[in-house]
Amino acid sequence: MSSVAAAWKKLPWWVEPFTVAGVLIAFGIYSTAVIVFAGGQYEQYISPFFSFTATMETPAWAPAFITAPMLLLWIPLGFRATCYYYRKAYYRAFFWDPPACQASAQNREPRSAENYRGERALFVLNNVHRYFLYASFFVIAFLWYEAFRTVFTYDGFQIAVGSFLWFANIILVSAYTFSCHSFRHLVGGNMDCYSCVRGGNARRKTYNFVSRLNAKHPQWAWYSLFSLLFTDIYLRLVAAGTITDYVLIPFGG
Amino acid sequence: MTENGNSPARAGATAIADDGPKKKVKLNIFRGTEEGGKEVEYEVELAEGMVVLDAVLKIQAEQEGDLAVRWNCKAAHCGSCSAEINGKPKLLCKSRVDEYEGGEINVGPLRAFPVVKDLVSDVSWNYEVSKRINPFHSDEQAPFTMYEEDVERLYEPKKCIECFMCQDVCHVLRTHHKHEEFAGPRFFVRNQWLEMHPMDNQNRLEDIKEDDGVGLCNITKCCTEVCPVGIKITDNSIIPLKERVADEYYDPAKWLMRKLRGRRNGSSSS
Amino acid sequence: MDANANKNGNRENFEVREHDILIIGAGGAGMRAAVEASEKGLSVGIVTKSLLGKAHTVMAEGGMAAAIGNVDSEDSWRQHFIDTMKGGKFINNWRMAEIHAKESPGRVYELEQWGALFNRTPEGKISQRPFGAHTYRRLAHVGDRTGLELIRTMQEKVLATDTKVYMETTVTKLLQDASGRVVGALAYTRESGKFIHYKAKATVMATGGWGRIFKVTSNSWEGTGDGAILAYDAGAEMVDMEMVQFHPTGMVWPPGVRGLLVTEGVRGEGGVLKNSEGKRYMGDYDPERMELSSRDVVARANFSEVQAGRGSEHGGVYLDITHLGYEGIMAKLPTMHEQFLKLADVDIAKEPMEVFPTIHYTMGGIKVESEHCATTVPGLFAAGECSGGLHGANRLGGNSLSDLLVFGRRAGIGAIEYVEQNTHGTDIPEEDVQTEIRRVLDPMERPASDNDESPYLLQSELQDVMMEHANLVRDEDALKEGLRKILAIKDRVPNVKVGGNRLFNPGWHTAQDIRYLVQVSELIVRCAIERKEKRGSQWRLDHDELVEEYGNINFISKKGPQGEVEIERREIPPIPDHLAELLDQSAKGAKV
Ligand SMILES: Cc1cc2nc3c(=O)[nH]c(=O)nc-3n(C[C@H](O)[C@H](O)[C@H](O)COP(=O)(O)OP(=O)(O)OC[C@H]3O[C@@H](n4cnc5c(N)ncnc54)[C@H](O)[C@@H]3O)c2cc1C
Ligand code: SF4
Ligand code: SF4
Ligand code: FES
Ligand code: FES
Repeated sequence: MSSVAAAWKKLPWWVEPFTVAGVLIAFGIYSTAVIVFAGGQYEQYISPFFSFTATMETPAWAPAFITAPMLLLWIPLGFRATCYYYRKAYYRAFFWDPPACQASAQNREPRSAENYRGERALFVLNNVHRYFLYASFFVIAFLWYEAFRTVFTYDGFQIAVGSFLWFANIILVSAYTFSCHSFRHLVGGNMDCYSCVRGGNARRKTYNFVSRLNAKHPQWAWYSLFSLLFTDIYLRLVAAGTITDYVLIPFGG
Repeated sequence: MTENGNSPARAGATAIADDGPKKKVKLNIFRGTEEGGKEVEYEVELAEGMVVLDAVLKIQAEQEGDLAVRWNCKAAHCGSCSAEINGKPKLLCKSRVDEYEGGEINVGPLRAFPVVKDLVSDVSWNYEVSKRINPFHSDEQAPFTMYEEDVERLYEPKKCIECFMCQDVCHVLRTHHKHEEFAGPRFFVRNQWLEMHPMDNQNRLEDIKEDDGVGLCNITKCCTEVCPVGIKITDNSIIPLKERVADEYYDPAKWLMRKLRGRRNGSSSS
Repeated sequence: MDANANKNGNRENFEVREHDILIIGAGGAGMRAAVEASEKGLSVGIVTKSLLGKAHTVMAEGGMAAAIGNVDSEDSWRQHFIDTMKGGKFINNWRMAEIHAKESPGRVYELEQWGALFNRTPEGKISQRPFGAHTYRRLAHVGDRTGLELIRTMQEKVLATDTKVYMETTVTKLLQDASGRVVGALAYTRESGKFIHYKAKATVMATGGWGRIFKVTSNSWEGTGDGAILAYDAGAEMVDMEMVQFHPTGMVWPPGVRGLLVTEGVRGEGGVLKNSEGKRYMGDYDPERMELSSRDVVARANFSEVQAGRGSEHGGVYLDITHLGYEGIMAKLPTMHEQFLKLADVDIAKEPMEVFPTIHYTMGGIKVESEHCATTVPGLFAAGECSGGLHGANRLGGNSLSDLLVFGRRAGIGAIEYVEQNTHGTDIPEEDVQTEIRRVLDPMERPASDNDESPYLLQSELQDVMMEHANLVRDEDALKEGLRKILAIKDRVPNVKVGGNRLFNPGWHTAQDIRYLVQVSELIVRCAIERKEKRGSQWRLDHDELVEEYGNINFISKKGPQGEVEIERREIPPIPDHLAELLDQSAKGAKV
């Protein structure tokens, strides 16, 4: 791992912003296609893009181009768009503010000093991140529910390869969500003294735990993005009959 | 020390030294001032374990007496010897020459500040910023009773050696020259421990938002990448401060709660 | 405030700055003095050769000694006093040792009040670690970067006052009025080479030590003894200049880091010294205190082991801390771990370090009056490493940081009182200033000639001489030979010549330092010749240990009327009963 990291560092500076931009664009295209054109459920599996909206009708008042998953998707989308880590990633990859850290890269920053407002002008809106966090708790709850639904089907208990994917996905999404900076702030970052208040010790322990998770927040951000993608692709491949979902323990118990 | 008779106990060390012609290392060093200058190539004998500062000081002692460079501790404790190697800020005393084996070594001054001469920049602006930060204050009398659990997260920002490399690499200062409106990562590090100190009773959030300009930071983490003592500046100092500023200024629910509570207090007192 | 705005003939422009109190040196001592005076509302200027916060104080690792008894509650100022006197082999200024032991706790608390953060005990108090020759666990510390915490706290405190800070400015002379009192100083800014005439009613010297006289040193380029020699030139008396401390553990490999300090904290945390045979040899030198014996003893032990052919690969001994494991080391000695891994490719969690004595501290220095640090020159005060007396023949680890604050504060008070009691002017003839400016510019502006010397090479030559002749073991012949060589170098100092211009020109700066280095070396060697005994760090192979006749003697050196060095044997005033009693009890083995 460290040798990979070392090799990565040796690459020219522009590799990183271009890779990030490429991955994010590809993800955007894929997810838009799925949301606009595809269904969200196959047997016991619900696409993580759809979650509980999979079987919903769009309400009558909504304009025609709104599809059901869009009623939900603003939450994870907003959460990620205002996430401190993704902010870094897109400021670097799309805005080149700056694209990388060495002198030769910084010299290419396109904005002039007068136009650079950092997170003061438009991007001050990113401060709503915490509200997306609160909303995400609901999404997380549903995704857990749906992961369990893959093993407790209407027919009883079964474990298939797909279930592993669903659980892996929700674990990674949870790790991402609970390693959030706003969450870290909420559980203890906003306190100066733990020993001064009742229950402070528990707060401190939670805070320390979240801080440890938080140190890997960028990794969780990427892993959970990919797990989302793979889970959804898997669902579609199974639905299309390209692969079969291998059942490991059928109707156990 | 060999003069004193403590010659190495094993012959191995001397054997290395006698090994054919001495290896040389080439450095390109910026010579000039703010008005301009050029990179000049120098060659020095390579010694085992040599750091770039050793090479620069050797050039200074043997070839260019007036080559300007700052240093003090030679042990990465004091933060004096910050300069840029191949366009990235580095402590010269901590950068091994052999790390650059096969590649070029271009040494220049910090560029976010006016260059005085050669490898020395005028960093005095940082001390002006430091002066305006509201210092630690407690109404309680030391010795304090303070538990390790409460202060353990303050050791990290306290490690700062004021090398100002984070200031140098931060695009807000370096590219956009917002020295008037922005305190720079080093001082968010300081503000963070001040704000989180269990005994300090000052509130600096307004200063952090207005005078120090935390909003100008777009958390792109270059500062974190260069910090020689490994402070996670963005994650552990800047973002926590941004969250606290958001509590105070950008959170409608908190704002409403303050309003309501404020009104209630107001009415009870009248 | 520009005086003499036009430059005519060889008259130089210079700026004039007026303060009530001028403080030379922004280490712990200077800054503590500045805070004291500034908070009293006096106008204070503080001058430093480096940037603010980069003085030697920042490099202190181990801790700050103070008998606050948080870990060992039996500790008291009395025991701290006894330890200090014992370590200094009883030639310390006993009154300073008493003041120091009594006031250190207050200074530690004060730091905490100003925002310093020390490691904590489980009870939430300041934690204390053991250190060589301290009877109890006594050093307040934060990991292995205590000096950084101290200097940063003081720096932030200074910046919060009205003190005017002059960074990267070098003082070259103390200016005296006709009556000989110090009324300011002349300095130049390193950045631009412009001159400043400071006028001040009182001056505090806090310029630190002179470890740069040796090649293998833990000191930075700043440690050239400027303050000591500036005071000496102004007529101040110096005390026990022969006393120079070698720290037992400096790095030895690779060559570039030779002499870099390995903190005593390593031994404090249980580090063990071994020779190439794998033997833990400290038992042969001090079976009771082992590795935590006083520095002079451990340094000589390491030296002797290598001399006897039991040295390590690169001519040192082994210091092993692997028992702490990676976690323990990262908690207690993270800086050391990083230093060895990065600079020497050694992982101290897995392998022992190679170490050898390195010059570290100068116990001797400007003689000061014990209450308020007045020197023998009116208007001049001194504190910190540049002053002498407190530590006697050997300083205990951790006693310096506390010294800085205790006596920095007192020097500040002394200067305040002096300013309040005196109404003298601070004018001096302009010719004095111009003469000094010409002297400082000479190495740059004088035309080149065949005799010209490089300041770097001359400094290096001097360092070699000191290594060879005035190292941690000494004898008369070698010292005399050394003195001869030093005097020969002294004659060549005026030939130093540098190129380039005044803009940040390190060659020119080095040319200024060489004068101090040579003079201070001469004082050391001359005093070392006089003290014919083994005592603390003065280890004369040709004489016995602790010779009675020197037991209550300080060697006072002073500039004579012809510019020659005058050395006087001066008896230490008798120690008062209440302190004598403490020492008696302790000699009988009682803990107090
Ligand atoms: C590596 C190392 C580790 C140490 N560890 C410890 C420890 O653990 N515990 C302990 O108690 N002690 C320790 N010491 C000793 C202690 O740090 C020093 O003795 C102490 O810091 C000296 O402080 P000071 O204020 O007297 O001078 P310094 O901190 O040396 O400051 C001197 C100041 O004077 C200025 N100056 C000098 N000459 C001039 C001039 N001509 N003009 C203008 N300004 C000038 C310098 O720029 C500097 O600002 C250590 C020392 C070293 C080198
Ligand atoms: S994270 Fe913020 S402070 Fe750090 S370099 Fe980037 S913009 Fe500057
Ligand atoms: S935070 Fe790190 S990079 Fe910035 S000044 Fe401090 S030590 Fe240097
Ligand atoms: S910071 Fe990334 S999710 Fe909140
Ligand atoms: S010289 Fe002190 S950090 Fe490099």
